[in-house]
Amino acid sequence: MTLQTVLQSTLAILPLTILVLWASLLILVDLFIPDERKWLTALLAALGMVVSLILALTRTGAQQVAFDGMVVIDGFSIFLQALFLVSGLAAIALSHDYLKRMHIDRSEFYILLMYSISGMMLMSMAADLIVVFLALELLSIPLYVLAGFARPRVASEEAALKYFLLGAYAGGFVVYGVALVFGATGSTGLADIVSAIQAGTANLNLLAIGAALILVGLGFKVAAVPFHMWTPDVYEGSPSPVTAFMSVGAKAGGFAALLRVFVIAFPVLALDMTPILWVLAALTMILGNFVAIAQRNIKRLLAYSSIAHAGYILMAIVPYGQRDVSPDAVASSLVYLVAYALTSFGAWAVVIALEKAEGGGLELEDYAGLARRYPLLAAAMAVFMLSFTGVPPTLGFVGKFYLFRTVIDGGFIGLAIIGVLTSLVSAYYYLRVVVFMYMREGEPQVTSAAWVNLTAGVAALATVVLSIFATPLFTWASQAVLQLF
Amino acid sequence: MNFLFYPLTLVTFTPLLGVLVLLFLKPEQKNAARWVALITSLVTFGISIAVLVQFNLGDPGLQMVVDVPWIQVAGWNISFLMGVDGLSILLLLLTTFLTPISILSTWTAVEERVKEFMVFFLLLEVGMVGVFLAQDLFLFYIFWEFTLVPMYFLIGLWGGPRRIYAAVKFFLYTMAGSILMLLAILWLGIYGGTFSVPELITTGGIPADIQLWLFIAFAAAFAIKVPMWPLHSWLPDAHVEAPTAGSVILAGVLLKMGTYGFLRFNIPLFPQAAIQAAPWIAVLAVIGILYGAAVSYAQKDVKKLVAYSSVSHLGFVMLGLFALNPQGIQGGILQMINHGLSTGALFLIVGMIYERRHTRDMDAFGGLWKVMPVYGTLTLIVALSSMGLPGLNGFVGEFAILLGAWEAGQVDGPLGSYWFAGLAAVGVILAAVYILYMFQKLFLGPVDKEENRALKDINWREIATLAPLLVFIFWIGLYPKPFFTLMAPAVNNLVTALQTAALAMH
Repeated sequence: MTLQTVLQSTLAILPLTILVLWASLLILVDLFIPDERKWLTALLAALGMVVSLILALTRTGAQQVAFDGMVVIDGFSIFLQALFLVSGLAAIALSHDYLKRMHIDRSEFYILLMYSISGMMLMSMAADLIVVFLALELLSIPLYVLAGFARPRVASEEAALKYFLLGAYAGGFVVYGVALVFGATGSTGLADIVSAIQAGTANLNLLAIGAALILVGLGFKVAAVPFHMWTPDVYEGSPSPVTAFMSVGAKAGGFAALLRVFVIAFPVLALDMTPILWVLAALTMILGNFVAIAQRNIKRLLAYSSIAHAGYILMAIVPYGQRDVSPDAVASSLVYLVAYALTSFGAWAVVIALEKAEGGGLELEDYAGLARRYPLLAAAMAVFMLSFTGVPPTLGFVGKFYLFRTVIDGGFIGLAIIGVLTSLVSAYYYLRVVVFMYMREGEPQVTSAAWVNLTAGVAALATVVLSIFATPLFTWASQAVLQLF
Repeated sequence: MNFLFYPLTLVTFTPLLGVLVLLFLKPEQKNAARWVALITSLVTFGISIAVLVQFNLGDPGLQMVVDVPWIQVAGWNISFLMGVDGLSILLLLLTTFLTPISILSTWTAVEERVKEFMVFFLLLEVGMVGVFLAQDLFLFYIFWEFTLVPMYFLIGLWGGPRRIYAAVKFFLYTMAGSILMLLAILWLGIYGGTFSVPELITTGGIPADIQLWLFIAFAAAFAIKVPMWPLHSWLPDAHVEAPTAGSVILAGVLLKMGTYGFLRFNIPLFPQAAIQAAPWIAVLAVIGILYGAAVSYAQKDVKKLVAYSSVSHLGFVMLGLFALNPQGIQGGILQMINHGLSTGALFLIVGMIYERRHTRDMDAFGGLWKVMPVYGTLTLIVALSSMGLPGLNGFVGEFAILLGAWEAGQVDGPLGSYWFAGLAAVGVILAAVYILYMFQKLFLGPVDKEENRALKDINWREIATLAPLLVFIFWIGLYPKPFFTLMAPAVNNLVTALQTAALAMH
């Protein structure tokens, strides 16, 4: 690789390069920003993300490989990069006031956030299993630190440790899987794996074991059952904005890898993998939704809800091996990720508005009477709960419509029935939040912060409006996946 | 964007303008909120009258169609497709007619959070009207599911003591049915490459065994909504806990969404399955008629009595629809309207006495006619209409249904047995029993309770809420022809399609 190609490649992934450089510079710049003006760091971090976002969006429609085919810039990666960067912006909006309120206002927060996002962006472009692993670690390690950001609060430290240990363990699975795939095909590049399979030189048994191990590792990241054990504790213990970001970003990052690797490299294993994915999706939906019923703490409730939603997205991957359905499978996952991201950030914004120091204000009882005192906030939360349930007119409904259509198109009616029945179960616990807000009397305490309110408002509005004017989102998602095939 | 000014989109979305105005009102401006809601719903009713004026009686197909491409990517073929025909025009009118009446009935009954109440009520109207006009399955499902949300809040916020339980039960029950329908809708969308109902009917050709599964999935949603025995258990709870206006709309319109669904989707989309299922549906319908009547008789709570009588009346509607002949279906449609008028009026009547006494226990009353003569007379008329006295609306519908069911009872008819008509006729007699029992407990005999002596008779506003209903109760009872004329071409069209399907089966 000559210097020139390295330069060209670096330019090809400019949105990522800029973000990493910006973050690294910001560490230095931050030293010169006085303590009472740390909002400037937040602003600069947001600015970096905006620049990166604009650069990413200007590349819509591009198709390019870089670093000798280890990284690919295509519609799929750009779609996800936009999602990650917007999530990052939302996370900044949610954390600025929160960090001050909880006395954990340290500006590394924003820089770690940027590094984590760069990992996710790299993940979306990964065309080589080594890069997948690299990106996985790059997105995870800053998140481990962020999870423990509320130290010395024990819950936060516990969350960090748990997330780190299990994450490292999951990373081990991925590496081992990559090694086996390399052993089976002689390569870690997705394109080379495909050619080895086509040439008949691949050891398919070894390949299947490798793929399964990668699935396990990524299953940890997306919190699929039975690899979900860490989720409730980590989500509960981490500072809420981190949880919000983790529940969207890390999950989408995991799915980014899962979708690309499986759809491009492993269709040949569909016969083995489809039943496994089927069972994983069904278990994840069932367990996530049923256990959520028992939760009285809103953070744990949303944690189990996020597990359940991982199940819905996994459901769309089940028919990944059917050539005529798989484009829809990927596109519907993308649409659902957007719906999930919007709804989640909105819901977490409301949670943050009600949260008090030392983990107070997080029980469902604390939401009693919210509709009377803060009608707008309650209405927004009601929209998010309906969207999570999948009731029209919300984006959550449109997303589920697309997912279920894919699943039925793939011929998995049984799975679709499990999907809708668990949605019904979910209606019970999402409605309970609404019941508390609207139908119980209480004196909820809300800390009103402009950026948090803005996030909740924009998310609520977008959840409804995008469900009615869904065409642009659908068009974007369905064009984004074209280059994968 | 000019499709927003077509008659059907106007009638659907005008209530949203009222919602918009309401959002700018302060919570203290209770009267302003009431007037905004009332005027909006009256304007909506006016637009629906304009739709009726433009309606072409001779045309059996969809009229005033709005067809705008909506989501047309990735193999999706979703249009904003609305239309009205003989099957839906009366239900459209019933909805826009009952809404202002219900709003008027809340004038003094709802004092808490008036603004929110009116917002939810108008949103509910959007959903209901949309359900009756949507001709695209995606669009239909959106309206269908959306009606759950405002109704959930209406019950849960302004209902009786067990309102939360009732609201959640209502939501979960209804959603349980509709998600199965959602899967069937998705299957149809993939199969036909479109969600447009008229196109799917024209394409047809769904294999018989799959038709049956799809029929069951759709029927799950609609049967819960109707509600058909044995899926009715949410209804008494929802009715008893709902505020009066909510009960009126719930009984008057929301239940009709179920029967209408059978008529609009199950029968034309899956004609062969409909013919196969007809006797089974009729069995459930007849059980519903008898069971609803028997349980009504056993109630102490007037509102519960009226609620269970709905199970019985809707059984008649279902029997008529699945007689699958013109008399039965026309009777079924007319009976939907009749039930909306009579039961709506009954709930209003119960609401009026509840507002005065804060109890609905029948034992707490007696001899009310002496104290409240106007109220007593109006109640008697409504009660007689509900039990099917000739000369009033209920008789016309039930008679047509029994006629249809009798004819369908021929050996080669869809029901294949005269028992259905015979047992349903017993239901008519039972209706007389429980209705007269209720009337006697409330109005006849001596005024033996001290609290009842000083009750005020109903005022002009309450008379004004009941009077429009009474006009139609008499009109349909004495001269039903215009109503039958409205639906006849569409119904005949449907029956012809059914006969073609039946021929194809043999």
